[in-house]
Amino acid sequence: MPEMKPSRDGYGLGLVDLGEKDERVVVLGADLTSSTRANWFKDKFPDRFFSTGIAEANMTNIAAGLSLVGRIPFVCTYGVFVAGRAWDQVRTTVCYANLNVKLGGAHGGISVGPDGATHQALEDIALMRCLPNMTVVVACDAVETRKATVAIGEMHGPAYVRFGREPIPVITDDATPFTLGKAETFRDGSDLSIIACGYMVGEALTAAETLDKEDKVSARVINLHTVKPIDREAIAKAASETGAIVAAEEHQVMGGFGSAVAEVVTAESPVPMRFVGIQYRFGESGEPEELLDECGCTARFIVDAAREALKQKK
Amino acid sequence: MRKAKQKPDVAELNDLCRTIRKDILISLNAAKSGHSGGSLSSVEVMVALYFYKLRHDPQNHQWEGRDRFVLSKGHVCPALYTVMAHAGYLPTDELTSLRKLGSRLQGHPHMLKLPGLETSSGSLGQGLSIAVGMALGAKMDNKDFRVYCFMGDGETDEGQIWEAAMSAAHYDLDNLCGIVDRNRLQIDGDTEKVMRLEPYCEKWASFGWNVIECDGHNLEELMAALDQAECNCGAPTAIIAHTVKGKGISFMENQAEWHGIPPDDEQLALALKELDTKPTKEQLERADG
Repeated sequence: MPEMKPSRDGYGLGLVDLGEKDERVVVLGADLTSSTRANWFKDKFPDRFFSTGIAEANMTNIAAGLSLVGRIPFVCTYGVFVAGRAWDQVRTTVCYANLNVKLGGAHGGISVGPDGATHQALEDIALMRCLPNMTVVVACDAVETRKATVAIGEMHGPAYVRFGREPIPVITDDATPFTLGKAETFRDGSDLSIIACGYMVGEALTAAETLDKEDKVSARVINLHTVKPIDREAIAKAASETGAIVAAEEHQVMGGFGSAVAEVVTAESPVPMRFVGIQYRFGESGEPEELLDECGCTARFIVDAAREALKQKK
Repeated sequence: MRKAKQKPDVAELNDLCRTIRKDILISLNAAKSGHSGGSLSSVEVMVALYFYKLRHDPQNHQWEGRDRFVLSKGHVCPALYTVMAHAGYLPTDELTSLRKLGSRLQGHPHMLKLPGLETSSGSLGQGLSIAVGMALGAKMDNKDFRVYCFMGDGETDEGQIWEAAMSAAHYDLDNLCGIVDRNRLQIDGDTEKVMRLEPYCEKWASFGWNVIECDGHNLEELMAALDQAECNCGAPTAIIAHTVKGKGISFMENQAEWHGIPPDDEQLALALKELDTKPTKEQLERADG
């Protein structure tokens, strides 16, 4: 069994890494400091941490002001709040002026569980990726989230990194390559490609094994952690070499990660494609595993989608 | 310590305000759209800032030690562009490119287009939070630049303004000065009918701010208020500048409908004539003599 760790731990460690490397890094919290793991930075660099109280819009624009005087601010709250409540601030102040503001979206996806729909970020990828200048990263585990956090801190411009609360399998290690904007093939295959981000990368690997055993299908699994800017080359190559695509995300299918992949597939190499994720509904309360299955975000849904896509393949 | 600036000749600045009003109306007329009323009510505040209070250098607009000016009420950028042009940031000829395709003078300010703008703005309610971030950054770095944020009174209907007000007081940002253009009109009409703001000064005070009220068209009062704001220690200062929307043009004054429209050719001619008939410094001196 692989080690289990919440990806938010990677975010907290990444903030501390950045804090040690660069004096300019500051962190802002809106009363969710420990649940975003921003408290790890706060404990180490109390002079560079600011609470704004429960005020996400204000926090985002304070971050904008800090960036304008040379700081590298990280805004920390739940994905549903920074992408939802503060979207206008992110759009009009941060992205329009291409400010160097970083957004950490905690509790991404349905797996946050019993708190229910109000606290589950199911639309954040769609909301963030449509904004000009914005970089969007959804890393596959805690180790990769740490690398992603450091990477967005080291680039210039607005960036959003999404992570979750629940422990999930650690499927990468320090040696796994990570470059912003560059997809990684985690398993090679020739019949079909499963392109996934976040928690669904692990599920995609499980699905690929099932397809191999039960269907004798060779599935390629691509970890597309950077939703934007998207790795067009890797997607086009997967489409043309394998002839069918399944995109998998712990997020609304409409307008999200799969849509981003489809935009490339249709332009570069149209092939049959299927989408795995949350199908146009709100979440609800429940235990994380139950909810993931209830909402279509587990390996078995990827297997079904793959079989459908393969049927359509010429 | 920041050195006090020498007070400029107020009569000269009043003449400048009249010229600026003319240039604003000419640019709005050329654009065939834009915000007349609030631009005209903002003139003296921005003149007092750019020609007296702000430490800034139009030749070196990125100078780190400069004071920061955040125009939160972005729709009155015709006034800001015109004041900046007269301060030397851009040629006055360029003002008639307002709102035209490819222009640096966007309908609402865009910092990536026009050097010298500190922020982009337009979606109301956001500027004070940005100013809080800048002032917080200055404190962290022990820099003595000051941050000024200019808001509309109607704009302060936005809840984010009060989030920002709370945080500025919480962080003791005495290097921050908010200025409200209290012209008492917003698009839908009287601010007190759209969403009651009074008791307005008390609201700012209760959020932990020093409050100064002044006549927002009286340059001496504005300069004194800005000086006083700089002396207030331990808390941010709000200057409530009482103004008249459409100030200076008889048929625009206190008319909510002039919020978001430009003068047509005929109205421009009338407005320019009105501004011309007001005595200049030279005329006043001649009269005295």
